[in-house]
Amino acid sequence: MIVVDSVTKVYENRGMTVTAVDDVSLTVGSGEIHGILGRSGAGKTTLLRCLNLLERPTSGTITVDGLELVGLSDADLRSARQRIGTVFQHFNLFHARTVSDNIAFPLEITGVGRSERRARVAELLDLVGLTDRANAFPSQLSGGQKQRVGIARALAAHPSVLLCDEATSALDPATTEQILDLIKVVNETTGVTVVLITHESGVVRRICDSAGLMEDGRLVESGRLADLLADPGSRLAEQLIPVGRPTDSEPSVEYILSFRSESATEPVLSHASRELGLDVSILSGSVEQVGGRTAGRLRVALSRPLDGPDHDRFVGFLAAQGVMVSRP
Amino acid sequence: MNQKSPVEALPELLAALAETGWMCSIAFLATVVFGIACGVALRLTAPGGLRPHRAFYQVFGAIINVVRSLPFLILLIALIPVTRWIVGTAYGPTAAIVPLALGAIPFFARVVENALLEIPQGKIEAAQVMGASTRQIVWKVMLPEALPGLVAGATLTFVMLIGYSAMAGTIGGGGVGDFAIRYGYQRFNTPVLLLSIAALVLIVQAIQTTGDLIVRSLSHRR
Repeated sequence: MIVVDSVTKVYENRGMTVTAVDDVSLTVGSGEIHGILGRSGAGKTTLLRCLNLLERPTSGTITVDGLELVGLSDADLRSARQRIGTVFQHFNLFHARTVSDNIAFPLEITGVGRSERRARVAELLDLVGLTDRANAFPSQLSGGQKQRVGIARALAAHPSVLLCDEATSALDPATTEQILDLIKVVNETTGVTVVLITHESGVVRRICDSAGLMEDGRLVESGRLADLLADPGSRLAEQLIPVGRPTDSEPSVEYILSFRSESATEPVLSHASRELGLDVSILSGSVEQVGGRTAGRLRVALSRPLDGPDHDRFVGFLAAQGVMVSRP
Repeated sequence: MNQKSPVEALPELLAALAETGWMCSIAFLATVVFGIACGVALRLTAPGGLRPHRAFYQVFGAIINVVRSLPFLILLIALIPVTRWIVGTAYGPTAAIVPLALGAIPFFARVVENALLEIPQGKIEAAQVMGASTRQIVWKVMLPEALPGLVAGATLTFVMLIGYSAMAGTIGGGGVGDFAIRYGYQRFNTPVLLLSIAALVLIVQAIQTTGDLIVRSLSHRR
Protein backbone atom coordinates (compact mmCIF):
# COMPACT_ATOMS: atom_id res chain seq x y z
CA MET A 1 0.00 0.00 0.00
CA ILE A 2 1.24 3.45 -0.93
CA VAL A 3 0.13 6.57 0.86
CA VAL A 4 1.16 9.90 -0.59
CA ASP A 5 0.32 12.72 1.78
CA SER A 6 0.36 16.37 0.68
CA VAL A 7 3.43 16.02 -1.49
CA THR A 8 4.67 19.24 -3.05
CA LYS A 9 7.76 19.63 -5.20
CA VAL A 10 8.98 23.12 -5.96
CA TYR A 11 11.94 23.84 -8.22
CA GLU A 12 13.93 27.01 -7.95
CA ASN A 13 15.59 28.00 -11.18
CA ARG A 14 17.25 31.39 -11.58
CA GLY A 15 14.83 33.11 -9.28
CA MET A 16 11.82 31.43 -10.90
CA THR A 17 9.89 28.97 -8.80
CA VAL A 18 8.03 26.17 -10.53
CA THR A 19 5.63 24.02 -8.57
CA ALA A 20 5.87 20.72 -10.43
CA VAL A 21 3.79 18.79 -7.92
CA ASP A 22 1.25 20.76 -5.94
CA ASP A 23 -0.12 19.24 -2.74
CA VAL A 24 -0.88 15.77 -4.06
CA SER A 25 -2.41 13.18 -1.76
CA LEU A 26 -3.13 9.70 -2.96
CA THR A 27 -3.65 6.21 -1.63
CA VAL A 28 -3.05 3.10 -3.69
CA GLY A 29 -4.21 -0.14 -2.12
CA SER A 30 -2.09 -3.30 -2.14
CA GLY A 31 -2.31 -5.24 -5.36
CA GLU A 32 -4.03 -2.41 -7.21
CA ILE A 33 -2.99 -1.04 -10.58
CA HIS A 34 -3.24 2.71 -10.36
CA GLY A 35 -2.79 4.91 -13.40
CA ILE A 36 -1.97 8.59 -13.34
CA LEU A 37 -3.00 10.25 -16.55
CA GLY A 38 -1.84 13.66 -17.61
CA ARG A 39 -0.30 15.62 -20.41
CA SER A 40 3.41 16.20 -20.56
CA GLY A 41 4.32 18.91 -18.13
CA ALA A 42 1.46 18.05 -15.81
CA GLY A 43 3.90 16.91 -13.14
CA LYS A 44 3.21 13.20 -13.27
CA THR A 45 6.83 12.24 -13.93
CA THR A 46 7.97 14.40 -11.02
CA LEU A 47 5.35 12.76 -8.81
CA LEU A 48 6.57 9.30 -9.79
CA ARG A 49 10.18 10.36 -9.19
CA CYS A 50 9.11 11.46 -5.73
CA LEU A 51 7.72 7.99 -5.03
CA ASN A 52 11.19 6.43 -5.27
CA LEU A 53 12.85 9.54 -3.91
CA LEU A 54 14.78 10.30 -7.09
CA GLU A 55 13.31 13.69 -6.32
CA ARG A 56 13.05 14.73 -2.71
CA PRO A 57 9.63 16.29 -2.10
CA THR A 58 9.76 19.88 -0.88
CA SER A 59 7.10 18.89 1.63
CA GLY A 60 4.80 15.98 2.35
CA THR A 61 5.33 12.33 3.12
CA ILE A 62 5.40 9.08 1.15
CA THR A 63 4.65 5.84 2.93
CA VAL A 64 5.16 2.47 1.27
CA ASP A 65 4.00 -0.57 3.22
CA GLY A 66 3.98 1.45 6.41
CA LEU A 67 7.51 2.83 5.96
CA GLU A 68 7.81 6.58 5.51
CA LEU A 69 10.50 7.27 2.89
CA VAL A 70 11.18 10.99 3.00
CA GLY A 71 12.71 10.94 6.48
CA LEU A 72 14.95 7.92 5.93
CA SER A 73 18.74 8.01 6.13
CA ASP A 74 20.68 7.21 2.95
CA ALA A 75 21.38 3.63 4.06
CA ASP A 76 17.78 2.98 5.08
CA LEU A 77 16.53 4.55 1.86
CA ARG A 78 18.74 2.19 -0.15
CA SER A 79 17.20 -0.84 1.49
CA ALA A 80 13.68 0.62 1.20
CA ARG A 81 14.27 1.17 -2.50
CA GLN A 82 14.91 -2.53 -2.95
CA ARG A 83 11.21 -3.02 -2.18
CA ILE A 84 10.26 -0.67 -5.03
CA GLY A 85 10.85 -1.69 -8.64
CA THR A 86 10.91 0.95 -11.37
CA VAL A 87 10.31 0.50 -15.09
CA PHE A 88 11.45 3.34 -17.33
CA GLN A 89 10.22 4.78 -20.60
CA HIS A 90 13.65 4.45 -22.15
CA PHE A 91 14.36 1.11 -20.44
CA ASN A 92 17.69 2.27 -18.93
CA LEU A 93 19.23 -1.17 -19.30
CA PHE A 94 22.94 -1.57 -18.68
CA HIS A 95 24.46 -2.07 -22.11
CA ALA A 96 27.64 -3.63 -20.78
CA ARG A 97 25.60 -6.47 -19.27
CA THR A 98 23.75 -9.33 -20.84
CA VAL A 99 20.02 -9.74 -20.37
CA SER A 100 20.66 -12.16 -17.49
CA ASP A 101 23.15 -9.87 -15.81
CA ASN A 102 20.81 -6.92 -16.14
CA ILE A 103 18.08 -8.87 -14.38
CA ALA A 104 20.54 -10.05 -11.75
CA PHE A 105 21.75 -6.52 -10.95
CA PRO A 106 19.34 -5.75 -8.09
CA LEU A 107 20.25 -9.10 -6.51
CA GLU A 108 23.95 -8.57 -7.01
CA ILE A 109 23.98 -5.26 -5.16
CA THR A 110 22.22 -6.79 -2.17
CA GLY A 111 24.72 -9.63 -2.00
CA VAL A 112 22.45 -12.49 -3.07
CA GLY A 113 24.59 -15.56 -3.82
CA ARG A 114 25.41 -16.64 -7.36
CA SER A 115 23.32 -19.79 -7.47
CA GLU A 116 20.31 -18.09 -5.93
CA ARG A 117 20.68 -15.26 -8.46
CA ARG A 118 20.82 -17.68 -11.33
CA ALA A 119 17.65 -19.44 -10.19
CA ARG A 120 15.76 -16.16 -9.78
CA VAL A 121 16.94 -14.88 -13.17
CA ALA A 122 15.79 -18.10 -14.87
CA GLU A 123 12.39 -17.70 -13.21
CA LEU A 124 12.06 -14.09 -14.40
CA LEU A 125 13.27 -14.85 -17.93
CA ASP A 126 10.54 -17.44 -18.10
CA LEU A 127 7.96 -14.98 -16.76
CA VAL A 128 8.77 -12.36 -19.41
CA GLY A 129 9.32 -14.93 -22.17
CA LEU A 130 12.98 -14.18 -22.91
CA THR A 131 14.67 -17.41 -21.87
CA ASP A 132 16.22 -17.78 -25.32
CA ARG A 133 17.72 -14.26 -25.16
CA ALA A 134 19.41 -14.71 -21.77
CA ASN A 135 22.91 -14.08 -23.09
CA ALA A 136 22.04 -11.34 -25.58
CA PHE A 137 23.09 -7.75 -24.98
CA PRO A 138 20.43 -5.04 -24.79
CA SER A 139 21.58 -3.50 -28.08
CA GLN A 140 20.56 -6.75 -29.78
CA LEU A 141 16.96 -6.57 -28.56
CA SER A 142 13.82 -4.91 -29.91
CA GLY A 143 12.09 -2.21 -27.89
CA GLY A 144 9.47 -4.58 -26.57
CA GLN A 145 12.12 -7.11 -25.55
CA LYS A 146 14.11 -4.37 -23.82
CA GLN A 147 11.06 -3.41 -21.79
CA ARG A 148 10.51 -7.05 -20.85
CA VAL A 149 14.05 -7.09 -19.49
CA GLY A 150 13.29 -3.80 -17.71
CA ILE A 151 10.24 -5.35 -16.07
CA ALA A 152 12.12 -8.53 -15.10
CA ARG A 153 14.93 -6.44 -13.62
CA ALA A 154 12.46 -4.30 -11.66
CA LEU A 155 10.86 -7.46 -10.23
CA ALA A 156 14.08 -9.30 -9.40
CA ALA A 157 14.28 -8.35 -5.74
CA HIS A 158 10.61 -9.23 -5.08
CA PRO A 159 9.41 -5.64 -4.71
CA SER A 160 5.99 -4.92 -3.28
CA VAL A 161 5.58 -1.92 -5.55
CA LEU A 162 6.22 -1.51 -9.26
CA LEU A 163 6.48 2.03 -10.60
CA CYS A 164 6.09 2.42 -14.35
CA ASP A 165 7.29 5.70 -15.83
CA GLU A 166 5.63 5.93 -19.25
CA ALA A 167 6.70 2.31 -19.66
CA THR A 168 5.01 1.89 -23.03
CA SER A 169 5.36 5.36 -24.52
CA ALA A 170 8.38 4.41 -26.61
CA LEU A 171 6.68 1.32 -28.04
CA ASP A 172 4.38 0.68 -30.99
CA PRO A 173 0.68 -0.05 -30.29
CA ALA A 174 0.87 -3.84 -30.60
CA THR A 175 3.96 -4.03 -28.38
CA THR A 176 2.33 -1.63 -25.93
CA GLU A 177 -0.56 -4.05 -25.53
CA GLN A 178 1.80 -6.97 -24.93
CA ILE A 179 3.75 -5.06 -22.31
CA LEU A 180 0.58 -3.87 -20.58
CA ASP A 181 -0.75 -7.42 -20.52
CA LEU A 182 2.55 -8.56 -19.04
CA ILE A 183 2.26 -5.95 -16.30
CA LYS A 184 -1.28 -7.15 -15.65
CA VAL A 185 -0.13 -10.78 -15.44
CA VAL A 186 2.69 -9.83 -13.09
CA ASN A 187 0.23 -7.92 -10.93
CA GLU A 188 -2.15 -10.86 -10.80
CA THR A 189 0.49 -13.53 -10.14
CA THR A 190 2.68 -11.67 -7.63
CA GLY A 191 0.18 -9.24 -6.12
CA VAL A 192 2.60 -6.38 -6.69
CA THR A 193 1.06 -2.92 -6.40
CA VAL A 194 1.51 -0.98 -9.63
CA VAL A 195 1.60 2.78 -10.08
CA LEU A 196 1.94 3.84 -13.67
CA ILE A 197 1.99 7.22 -15.25
CA THR A 198 1.03 7.77 -18.83
CA HIS A 199 -0.33 10.29 -21.27
CA GLU A 200 -2.21 7.57 -23.14
CA SER A 201 -5.76 6.97 -21.93
CA GLY A 202 -5.63 3.54 -23.60
CA VAL A 203 -3.11 2.39 -20.99
CA VAL A 204 -5.47 3.27 -18.17
CA ARG A 205 -8.43 1.69 -19.96
CA ARG A 206 -6.57 -1.55 -20.55
CA ILE A 207 -5.14 -2.44 -17.16
CA CYS A 208 -5.94 0.04 -14.40
CA ASP A 209 -8.21 -0.57 -11.43
CA SER A 210 -8.05 3.03 -10.32
CA ALA A 211 -6.75 6.21 -11.82
CA GLY A 212 -6.02 9.85 -11.26
CA LEU A 213 -5.83 12.88 -13.52
CA MET A 214 -3.01 15.35 -13.12
CA GLU A 215 -3.07 18.93 -14.37
CA ASP A 216 -0.63 21.72 -13.56
CA GLY A 217 0.93 19.70 -10.78
CA ARG A 218 -2.37 18.96 -9.07
CA LEU A 219 -4.21 15.69 -8.85
CA VAL A 220 -7.58 17.00 -9.99
CA GLU A 221 -9.44 13.71 -9.79
CA SER A 222 -8.83 10.20 -8.62
CA GLY A 223 -10.77 7.13 -7.79
CA ARG A 224 -11.74 3.66 -8.85
CA LEU A 225 -12.33 3.42 -12.58
CA ALA A 226 -15.87 2.10 -12.15
CA ASP A 227 -16.81 5.07 -9.96
CA LEU A 228 -15.18 7.59 -12.26
CA LEU A 229 -16.98 6.25 -15.30
CA ALA A 230 -20.29 6.41 -13.50
CA ASP A 231 -19.73 10.07 -12.73
CA PRO A 232 -20.95 12.13 -15.67
CA GLY A 233 -18.97 15.18 -14.62
CA SER A 234 -15.71 13.28 -14.39
CA ARG A 235 -12.99 14.73 -16.61
CA LEU A 236 -11.03 11.55 -16.30
CA ALA A 237 -14.01 9.63 -17.62
CA GLU A 238 -14.13 12.10 -20.50
CA GLN A 239 -10.48 11.27 -21.22
CA LEU A 240 -11.11 7.54 -21.05
CA ILE A 241 -14.39 7.44 -22.93
CA PRO A 242 -14.87 10.77 -24.65
CA VAL A 243 -18.47 11.82 -25.01
CA GLY A 244 -17.56 14.80 -27.12
CA ARG A 245 -18.31 18.50 -26.95
CA PRO A 246 -21.81 19.89 -26.42
CA THR A 247 -23.63 20.35 -29.69
CA ASP A 248 -25.71 23.32 -30.77
CA SER A 249 -28.94 21.48 -30.04
CA GLU A 250 -31.22 22.63 -27.24
CA PRO A 251 -29.41 21.92 -23.93
CA SER A 252 -32.70 21.20 -22.18
CA VAL A 253 -33.14 17.98 -24.15
CA GLU A 254 -29.56 16.72 -23.75
CA TYR A 255 -28.52 13.94 -21.40
CA ILE A 256 -25.37 11.99 -20.84
CA LEU A 257 -25.71 8.26 -20.42
CA SER A 258 -22.97 6.05 -19.12
CA PHE A 259 -23.11 2.31 -18.98
CA ARG A 260 -21.04 -0.83 -18.57
CA SER A 261 -21.09 -4.13 -20.34
CA GLU A 262 -24.33 -5.74 -19.03
CA SER A 263 -26.52 -2.93 -20.23
CA ALA A 264 -24.56 -2.20 -23.36
CA THR A 265 -25.83 -5.31 -25.05
CA GLU A 266 -29.45 -4.65 -24.19
CA PRO A 267 -31.59 -2.50 -26.46
CA VAL A 268 -32.00 -0.07 -23.60
CA LEU A 269 -32.59 3.09 -25.55
CA SER A 270 -35.32 1.74 -27.75
CA HIS A 271 -37.06 0.34 -24.69
CA ALA A 272 -36.87 3.70 -23.00
CA SER A 273 -38.21 5.57 -25.97
CA ARG A 274 -41.12 3.15 -26.34
CA GLU A 275 -41.83 3.25 -22.64
CA LEU A 276 -41.87 7.02 -22.41
CA GLY A 277 -43.08 7.84 -25.89
CA LEU A 278 -40.13 9.91 -27.00
CA ASP A 279 -37.40 9.69 -29.60
CA VAL A 280 -33.83 9.45 -28.50
CA SER A 281 -31.05 10.46 -30.86
CA ILE A 282 -27.40 9.85 -30.14
CA LEU A 283 -25.38 13.01 -30.69
CA SER A 284 -21.91 11.79 -29.80
CA GLY A 285 -20.06 9.40 -27.57
CA SER A 286 -17.95 6.32 -27.57
CA VAL A 287 -17.79 2.76 -26.40
CA GLU A 288 -14.49 1.34 -25.20
CA GLN A 289 -13.05 -1.70 -23.52
CA VAL A 290 -12.23 -0.76 -19.94
CA GLY A 291 -10.57 -3.36 -17.78
CA GLY A 292 -11.74 -6.04 -20.19
CA ARG A 293 -15.37 -4.92 -20.01
CA THR A 294 -17.30 -2.77 -22.41
CA ALA A 295 -18.10 0.68 -21.16
CA GLY A 296 -19.64 3.60 -22.97
CA ARG A 297 -20.71 7.15 -22.58
CA LEU A 298 -23.21 8.78 -24.89
CA ARG A 299 -24.59 12.25 -25.35
CA VAL A 300 -28.22 11.96 -26.40
CA ALA A 301 -30.95 14.40 -27.30
CA LEU A 302 -34.61 13.71 -26.59
CA SER A 303 -37.41 14.74 -28.93
CA ARG A 304 -38.97 16.89 -26.18
CA PRO A 305 -37.90 18.36 -22.84
CA LEU A 306 -38.98 16.24 -19.87
CA ASP A 307 -40.83 17.77 -16.95
CA GLY A 308 -40.19 16.64 -13.37
CA PRO A 309 -42.11 13.35 -13.21
CA ASP A 310 -41.14 12.36 -16.75
CA HIS A 311 -37.52 13.15 -16.04
CA ASP A 312 -37.62 10.96 -12.95
CA ARG A 313 -39.24 8.14 -14.89
CA PHE A 314 -36.63 8.38 -17.63
CA VAL A 315 -33.75 8.35 -15.17
CA GLY A 316 -35.34 5.62 -13.10
CA PHE A 317 -36.03 3.42 -16.08
CA LEU A 318 -32.47 3.63 -17.38
CA ALA A 319 -30.97 3.27 -13.92
CA ALA A 320 -32.86 0.02 -13.57
CA GLN A 321 -31.07 -1.15 -16.71
CA GLY A 322 -27.70 -0.13 -15.30
CA VAL A 323 -27.40 3.08 -17.25
CA MET A 324 -26.43 6.21 -15.35
CA VAL A 325 -28.19 9.34 -16.56
CA SER A 326 -27.15 12.89 -15.98
CA ARG A 327 -27.47 16.34 -17.45
CA PRO A 328 -24.42 17.68 -19.25
CA MET B 1 83.28 11.14 -39.49
CA ASN B 2 82.03 7.76 -40.59
CA GLN B 3 78.28 7.52 -40.27
CA LYS B 4 76.77 4.34 -38.80
CA SER B 5 74.55 2.50 -41.25
CA PRO B 6 70.97 1.75 -40.15
CA VAL B 7 71.91 -1.92 -39.74
CA GLU B 8 74.78 -1.04 -37.45
CA ALA B 9 72.54 1.24 -35.44
CA LEU B 10 69.77 -1.36 -35.14
CA PRO B 11 70.83 -2.90 -31.79
CA GLU B 12 71.00 0.56 -30.29
CA LEU B 13 67.59 1.43 -31.74
CA LEU B 14 66.08 -1.74 -30.26
CA ALA B 15 67.53 -0.87 -26.87
CA ALA B 16 66.06 2.65 -27.22
CA LEU B 17 62.69 1.16 -28.18
CA ALA B 18 62.81 -1.06 -25.11
CA GLU B 19 63.45 2.01 -22.95
CA THR B 20 60.56 3.84 -24.58
CA GLY B 21 58.38 0.78 -24.08
CA TRP B 22 59.34 0.58 -20.41
CA MET B 23 58.77 4.22 -19.54
CA CYS B 24 55.60 4.57 -21.58
CA SER B 25 54.04 1.34 -20.30
CA ILE B 26 54.63 2.07 -16.63
CA ALA B 27 53.59 5.70 -17.09
CA PHE B 28 50.51 4.46 -18.95
CA LEU B 29 49.52 2.09 -16.16
CA ALA B 30 49.93 4.84 -13.58
CA THR B 31 47.97 7.21 -15.81
CA VAL B 32 45.09 4.77 -16.20
CA VAL B 33 44.83 4.08 -12.47
CA PHE B 34 45.17 7.65 -11.25
CA GLY B 35 43.40 9.16 -14.25
CA ILE B 36 40.33 6.99 -13.64
CA ALA B 37 40.40 7.85 -9.94
CA CYS B 38 40.61 11.58 -10.71
CA GLY B 39 38.01 11.40 -13.50
CA VAL B 40 35.56 9.55 -11.25
CA ALA B 41 36.19 12.08 -8.46
CA LEU B 42 35.44 14.91 -10.88
CA ARG B 43 32.28 13.26 -12.19
CA LEU B 44 30.93 12.46 -8.73
CA THR B 45 31.57 15.89 -7.26
CA ALA B 46 30.40 17.89 -10.29
CA PRO B 47 27.08 19.72 -10.04
CA GLY B 48 24.42 17.09 -10.69
CA GLY B 49 26.82 14.29 -9.78
CA LEU B 50 26.16 11.62 -7.17
CA ARG B 51 28.21 13.44 -4.52
CA PRO B 52 28.15 17.07 -5.59
CA HIS B 53 30.79 19.18 -3.85
CA ARG B 54 31.26 22.54 -5.45
CA ALA B 55 34.48 23.61 -3.73
CA PHE B 56 36.29 20.32 -4.28
CA TYR B 57 35.20 20.14 -7.91
CA GLN B 58 36.37 23.64 -8.69
CA VAL B 59 39.70 23.46 -6.88
CA PHE B 60 40.51 20.00 -8.21
CA GLY B 61 39.43 21.01 -11.71
CA ALA B 62 41.62 24.11 -11.52
CA ILE B 63 44.68 22.06 -10.49
CA ILE B 64 44.11 19.73 -13.42
CA ASN B 65 43.74 22.65 -15.80
CA VAL B 66 46.96 24.23 -14.54
CA VAL B 67 48.95 21.05 -15.16
CA ARG B 68 47.29 20.61 -18.55
CA SER B 69 48.07 24.15 -19.61
CA LEU B 70 51.82 23.72 -19.05
CA PRO B 71 53.75 22.66 -22.15
CA PHE B 72 55.13 19.20 -21.43
CA LEU B 73 58.75 20.33 -21.78
CA ILE B 74 58.24 22.94 -19.05
CA LEU B 75 56.49 20.39 -16.82
CA LEU B 76 59.38 18.03 -17.38
CA ILE B 77 61.91 20.54 -16.11
CA ALA B 78 59.70 21.84 -13.31
CA LEU B 79 59.21 18.30 -12.02
CA ILE B 80 62.92 17.46 -11.75
CA PRO B 81 62.97 17.90 -7.93
CA VAL B 82 59.82 15.79 -7.58
CA THR B 83 61.30 13.11 -9.80
CA ARG B 84 64.50 13.09 -7.79
CA TRP B 85 62.49 12.75 -4.60
CA ILE B 86 60.41 9.83 -5.91
CA VAL B 87 62.95 7.90 -8.00
CA GLY B 88 66.22 9.10 -6.50
CA THR B 89 67.53 10.45 -9.81
CA ALA B 90 66.24 12.75 -12.54
CA TYR B 91 67.97 10.89 -15.37
CA GLY B 92 67.16 7.75 -17.29
CA PRO B 93 63.97 6.08 -18.50
CA THR B 94 62.71 5.14 -15.01
CA ALA B 95 63.01 8.75 -13.85
CA ALA B 96 61.09 9.87 -16.97
CA ILE B 97 58.08 7.86 -15.82
CA VAL B 98 57.26 10.46 -13.16
CA PRO B 99 56.84 13.49 -15.45
CA LEU B 100 55.23 11.34 -18.14
CA ALA B 101 52.58 10.08 -15.77
CA LEU B 102 52.03 13.44 -14.12
CA GLY B 103 51.69 15.05 -17.53
CA ALA B 104 49.21 12.47 -18.80
CA ILE B 105 47.07 11.97 -15.68
CA PRO B 106 45.24 15.34 -15.91
CA PHE B 107 44.58 14.78 -19.59
CA PHE B 108 43.25 11.29 -19.03
CA ALA B 109 41.24 12.47 -16.01
CA ARG B 110 39.31 14.83 -18.31
CA VAL B 111 38.90 12.04 -20.87
CA VAL B 112 37.45 9.83 -18.14
CA GLU B 113 35.20 12.61 -16.87
CA ASN B 114 33.84 13.13 -20.39
CA ALA B 115 33.36 9.41 -21.00
CA LEU B 116 31.41 9.20 -17.74
CA LEU B 117 29.31 12.22 -18.71
CA GLU B 118 28.27 10.35 -21.85
CA ILE B 119 26.44 7.72 -19.79
CA PRO B 120 22.73 8.55 -19.91
CA GLN B 121 21.63 9.83 -16.51
CA GLY B 122 18.74 7.36 -16.63
CA LYS B 123 21.06 4.37 -16.24
CA ILE B 124 22.60 5.84 -13.12
CA GLU B 125 19.14 6.63 -11.77
CA ALA B 126 18.06 3.07 -12.56
CA ALA B 127 20.87 1.79 -10.35
CA GLN B 128 20.02 4.34 -7.66
CA VAL B 129 16.38 3.33 -7.45
CA MET B 130 17.42 -0.31 -7.14
CA GLY B 131 19.23 0.69 -3.98
CA ALA B 132 22.82 0.68 -5.27
CA SER B 133 25.41 2.60 -3.26
CA THR B 134 27.66 5.18 -4.89
CA ARG B 135 30.56 2.72 -4.84
CA GLN B 136 28.44 0.07 -6.55
CA ILE B 137 27.24 2.57 -9.14
CA VAL B 138 30.84 3.54 -9.97
CA TRP B 139 32.14 -0.01 -10.25
CA LYS B 140 29.13 -1.82 -11.63
CA VAL B 141 27.50 0.83 -13.80
CA MET B 142 29.58 3.89 -14.61
CA LEU B 143 32.94 2.32 -15.45
CA PRO B 144 31.56 -0.71 -17.36
CA GLU B 145 29.09 1.44 -19.30
CA ALA B 146 31.82 3.94 -20.19
CA LEU B 147 34.36 1.27 -21.13
CA PRO B 148 34.39 1.87 -24.91
CA GLY B 149 35.01 5.58 -24.34
CA LEU B 150 37.64 4.82 -21.71
CA VAL B 151 39.51 2.45 -24.03
CA ALA B 152 39.40 4.96 -26.88
CA GLY B 153 40.67 7.67 -24.54
CA ALA B 154 43.38 5.39 -23.15
CA THR B 155 44.60 4.67 -26.68
CA LEU B 156 44.82 8.38 -27.34
CA THR B 157 46.72 8.83 -24.10
CA PHE B 158 49.17 6.04 -24.86
CA VAL B 159 50.02 7.60 -28.22
CA MET B 160 50.43 10.96 -26.54
CA LEU B 161 52.77 9.39 -23.98
CA ILE B 162 55.02 8.15 -26.77
CA GLY B 163 55.22 11.69 -28.08
CA TYR B 164 55.95 13.01 -24.58
CA SER B 165 58.62 10.35 -24.08
CA ALA B 166 60.58 11.78 -27.00
CA MET B 167 60.71 15.10 -25.17
CA ALA B 168 61.74 13.36 -21.99
CA GLY B 169 64.53 11.83 -24.07
CA THR B 170 65.96 15.26 -24.81
CA ILE B 171 66.70 15.92 -21.16
CA GLY B 172 68.26 12.56 -20.48
CA GLY B 173 65.28 10.28 -20.39
CA GLY B 174 66.64 7.85 -22.96
CA GLY B 175 64.39 6.02 -25.39
CA VAL B 176 63.65 6.52 -29.07
CA GLY B 177 63.41 10.31 -28.76
CA ASP B 178 66.91 10.48 -27.34
CA PHE B 179 68.12 8.09 -30.06
CA ALA B 180 66.54 10.14 -32.85
CA ILE B 181 68.01 13.38 -31.58
CA ARG B 182 71.49 11.93 -31.24
CA TYR B 183 71.52 10.41 -34.73
CA GLY B 184 69.21 12.71 -36.65
CA TYR B 185 69.87 16.10 -35.11
CA GLN B 186 73.37 15.90 -33.71
CA ARG B 187 75.00 13.65 -36.33
CA PHE B 188 72.78 14.35 -39.35
CA ASN B 189 72.48 10.61 -39.94
CA THR B 190 69.29 10.75 -41.98
CA PRO B 191 68.98 7.02 -42.78
CA VAL B 192 69.11 6.10 -39.09
CA LEU B 193 66.70 8.93 -38.26
CA LEU B 194 64.28 7.61 -40.87
CA LEU B 195 64.60 4.13 -39.40
CA SER B 196 63.66 5.41 -35.94
CA ILE B 197 60.75 7.35 -37.44
CA ALA B 198 59.55 4.20 -39.20
CA ALA B 199 59.75 2.30 -35.94
CA LEU B 200 57.71 4.97 -34.14
CA VAL B 201 55.09 5.07 -36.88
CA LEU B 202 54.72 1.30 -36.69
CA ILE B 203 54.40 1.35 -32.92
CA VAL B 204 51.80 4.12 -32.93
CA GLN B 205 49.84 2.36 -35.67
CA ALA B 206 49.94 -0.88 -33.70
CA ILE B 207 48.68 0.82 -30.55
CA GLN B 208 45.92 2.68 -32.38
CA THR B 209 44.80 -0.43 -34.25
CA THR B 210 44.75 -2.48 -31.06
CA GLY B 211 42.77 0.21 -29.29
CA ASP B 212 40.29 0.44 -32.15
CA LEU B 213 39.86 -3.33 -32.20
CA ILE B 214 39.11 -3.41 -28.50
CA VAL B 215 36.61 -0.55 -28.85
CA ARG B 216 34.94 -2.37 -31.72
CA SER B 217 34.72 -5.60 -29.75
CA LEU B 218 32.91 -3.60 -27.05
CA SER B 219 30.60 -1.89 -29.51
CA HIS B 220 27.59 -3.97 -28.44
CA ARG B 221 27.70 -1.99 -25.24
CA ARG B 222 26.90 1.29 -26.91
